[in-house]
Amino acid sequence: MYDPTVARLTYRALLGRRRALILGALPMLLIAVSVVVRGLAGADDQTASDLLGGLALATMVPIIGVIAGTGAIGPEIDDGSVVYLLSKPVKRSTIIFTKLIVAIAVTMVFSALPTFIAGFILNGNGQQIAVAYTVAALVASIAYAALFLLLGTVSRHAVVFGLVYALVWEALFGSLVSGARTLSVQQWALAVAQKVAGGEMVTSDVTLPTATVLLALVTVLATWYAGQKLRSLTLAGEE
Amino acid sequence: MAVEYPTATQSGDQTRIHNIGYRSYDGPRLGRSYATRSLYSQSLRGAYGLGRSVKSKVLPMLLFVVMCVPAAIMVAVAVATKAKDLPVDYTRYAIIMQAVISLYVASQAPQSVSRDLRFKTVPLYFSRPIETADYVRAKFAALASALFILTAAPLLVLYVGALLAKLDFADQTKGFAQGLVSVALLSLLFAGLGLVIASVTPRRGFGIAAVIAVLTISYGAVSTLQAIADAQSLGDGGGSSGAIAWIGLFSPVTLIDGVQSAFLGASSAFPGGVGPSSGEGALYVLVTLGLIAASYGLLMRRYRKVGL
Repeated sequence: MYDPTVARLTYRALLGRRRALILGALPMLLIAVSVVVRGLAGADDQTASDLLGGLALATMVPIIGVIAGTGAIGPEIDDGSVVYLLSKPVKRSTIIFTKLIVAIAVTMVFSALPTFIAGFILNGNGQQIAVAYTVAALVASIAYAALFLLLGTVSRHAVVFGLVYALVWEALFGSLVSGARTLSVQQWALAVAQKVAGGEMVTSDVTLPTATVLLALVTVLATWYAGQKLRSLTLAGEE
Repeated sequence: MAVEYPTATQSGDQTRIHNIGYRSYDGPRLGRSYATRSLYSQSLRGAYGLGRSVKSKVLPMLLFVVMCVPAAIMVAVAVATKAKDLPVDYTRYAIIMQAVISLYVASQAPQSVSRDLRFKTVPLYFSRPIETADYVRAKFAALASALFILTAAPLLVLYVGALLAKLDFADQTKGFAQGLVSVALLSLLFAGLGLVIASVTPRRGFGIAAVIAVLTISYGAVSTLQAIADAQSLGDGGGSSGAIAWIGLFSPVTLIDGVQSAFLGASSAFPGGVGPSSGEGALYVLVTLGLIAASYGLLMRRYRKVGL
């Protein structure tokens, strides 16, 4: 199921040249903001929770997820070099699974790890807030990577649609229409975080069983369908 | 036409040059400014998907509709309820819809420059009479105009609706004019930032994500910090209200917000509703203009040597 060569190529496509630096700028910004906030406001649980929930989980994790998830397969399909990969005797589902593992790993390293560090800077893991949001970021990484990897195989405008989902659906509609929150990766991840934190600091609109089932379902279905799409991939020219 | 000139003098040599009727161009040469104008209009049309495939029309048109529909709804509500004023200021509208504007810049800026880089058509442009400055100016102007159309259209809807609802003419015209100035600044700023980021990478997807990251994450970080500074100043009696204005300098959206609340009569969207004072406002204007000029300069530097 896991092909080391495909994994190596995907890592290089995602992090090669200067891309790792650009990808690393976002987590650096989060940590810098946390340092400033700690200096400005001191250690405060509510502030820490707001910052980690608003900036880290709501904005940074989805954006890193979009870059890693669509970046793992999108450019290859875009420039047509995916045919050389597909013509090798490697199963399509193996290719997708390997790329998913790589995308998840990259998203986790660049989003969950800085969330953890930022949490410790903000309030030294008071009320388990740092750990709770790190767990949420880890869980969300898996679902986002699977979802955006699927988008990468379906559409040439995967990045835009991924961002529309992350920013417009989850952030804008999620804050206006409560029904939209049931169908949001962010809320599912928060449900898991709520269980970890156990206090009132982290809350979600979705119950834990629903969230876990939906998370697992979305991840598995997205990966399976991406594999199916890759089996019958048509290469279109540049519009 | 095919006249044959025997070129060989030695017998037995069959070499010939055939004149097959190629003619040199002797029509008018339209020159550099014409080429620049063509590049501008092509880029502007391309920003809305005109002259491109159906698929690439979907997103810009969709975003345009999303920008205008709330304005139409507001006008309808204002007319139906016979309100004395529009529910939203002209200057505030772009700030509320900033996510849509950011998405538009992020999707169209790479479309405008990244494909030229990836398919190595930039050297072909420069083989024409146009020069680096012409290319940069045409692309910059085209994206800024596209953004201006996107942001000014809903304001026009609001203005026409307000006049139909027989609201105060002088008041509405003043608000509309202020709104237009503000979105013109916003268009220039966003177009500059978007193009600079997009022109660095030939990969479209990466460019989109980078533009969004700069516009959205900086706004998220700045508004979070402002909210915290606001909460702190409530605690110690308004001590650090200046900090809110200083922090606002670090994201494009809050920059525009600061400029218009200092000089264009807008109510600030900053936490606490306190915009920068006119001294700080002057700094906001300077930073905004500086950023626009800097992005123009960076683009000129970027395209000084391209390809080859």
